[in-house]
Amino acid sequence: MSQTKKEMLVDPLVDNNPITLQVLGICSALAVTSSLQVSMVMALAVIFVTSFSSFFISCLRNQIPGSIRIIVQMVIIASLVILVDQILKAYAFEISKTLSVFVGLIITNCIVMGRAEAFAMKNPPVASFIDGMGNGMGYGLILLLVGFIRELFGAGSLFGVTILETVNNGGWYVPNGMLLLPPSAFFIIGLIIWAFRTWKPNQVEEREYKIQQVEAH
Amino acid sequence: MSDTQSPDNNDAPKGALAKFLAASPDSVGKTIFIAVAVCLVASMVVSAAAVSLRPVQETNRLKDKQVNVLQVAGVFEPGIDVTEAFAAFEPHVLELSTGDFVDDQFDPATFDDIAAASDPELSVALDDDPAGIGRKSKYRVIYLLRDDAGDLDKVILPLHGYGLWSTLYGFIALENNGNDIYGLQFYQHGETPGLGAEVDNPRWKALWNGKKLRDDAGDLQITVAKSQPAAGPEFYIDALAGATLTSVGVDNLVKFWMGDAGYAPFLAKLQAGEF
Repeated sequence: MSQTKKEMLVDPLVDNNPITLQVLGICSALAVTSSLQVSMVMALAVIFVTSFSSFFISCLRNQIPGSIRIIVQMVIIASLVILVDQILKAYAFEISKTLSVFVGLIITNCIVMGRAEAFAMKNPPVASFIDGMGNGMGYGLILLLVGFIRELFGAGSLFGVTILETVNNGGWYVPNGMLLLPPSAFFIIGLIIWAFRTWKPNQVEEREYKIQQVEAH
Repeated sequence: MSDTQSPDNNDAPKGALAKFLAASPDSVGKTIFIAVAVCLVASMVVSAAAVSLRPVQETNRLKDKQVNVLQVAGVFEPGIDVTEAFAAFEPHVLELSTGDFVDDQFDPATFDDIAAASDPELSVALDDDPAGIGRKSKYRVIYLLRDDAGDLDKVILPLHGYGLWSTLYGFIALENNGNDIYGLQFYQHGETPGLGAEVDNPRWKALWNGKKLRDDAGDLQITVAKSQPAAGPEFYIDALAGATLTSVGVDNLVKFWMGDAGYAPFLAKLQAGEF
């Protein structure tokens, strides 16, 4: 194994972030980041699902038949997601109302499948667990960043606590309503990717094409 | 898989399980076994979670509805005992067309009027459907709140209708004269955050307090609009800025449910002092 366990956990935060470098899991990052609290719960749910699905898939990796590999992975992931959904409905009812379908959609989150297929099928359980957790955390980090910006400037609050008193409530801050709509997360994630790649230029992909310089005749 | 049968395999005899585990995972038998085993284990985990957590989830749903009834009636404060406060409310199943209670036919504590709206026995299809709900339950669960002397204080009526993206579900609280609005509150909707979802804004909700449904001639005048209608300020709620279609939806659904297809027969009886 080329990576140490600590690297596995820390690498996906910035150097190999599933959202900014691999550009996976964007859809849910758009949908659930309009408030920080919801982003937080979603991040925790994804960390739970990626780490445990990687763990269980890795435990079974030598027994999973190649022909039904993906289906077996999906069954394990889906069961964990349903588990999370049921627990949220029981113990965090308000948040589960806001998250509604998006918890269920963790099943289709490319990060979970990606780690199962790319890492857990080839590595031992503990390493897979840590790798899953690291990638879940990388996803969660971006979610919290986006949620922080969107809630602070879109609603003037953080975790529901008013920071900037909005005009609607008699304050001075005119909130940027666009930030509460999903498309704004595109801009914010784009800017975060830009910032990350400026900071770590080795993340910049090579161009697929080059504009050729043609000598004038 | 060439390496599964290594020639110098000396550690036989093995147990049946060890042999099975060492077999190639790509054999037909093993493929079927793994598929069945994974599905069985997964379904057991999922159903165990669903069954064991159901009571807690049901309590949550019930409590959520109760909190909303308390809020619209203005008796909710953070930290109060919801079940105890809710006990002050008298639930009744109301037959919309007659305005009478039919508690002997249905149990008000368990009757689900939203589910009843899709039951052909208990609902009617709407031809004139400004609220955009398609079918209307013939019966609704309403709540009466009495004061300490046992006199009627407020009535809480459920209402719902289509906004811009979603059906809004809520309650309206009326004073005991059946005409003055005490409050309006939605407990479930999917309107745009920051725009249509401002139906939840306490400042906007406060506009409803003290408005009237009908004028002296008995015509339904309550209006959510951008500018004040001729009827006068006591029938007018300022529409939400930037959320025209949600406001139109709220206007429609309030008019629909307060009108003849909705609670008008009941409100007439209420005004006649029958309750």
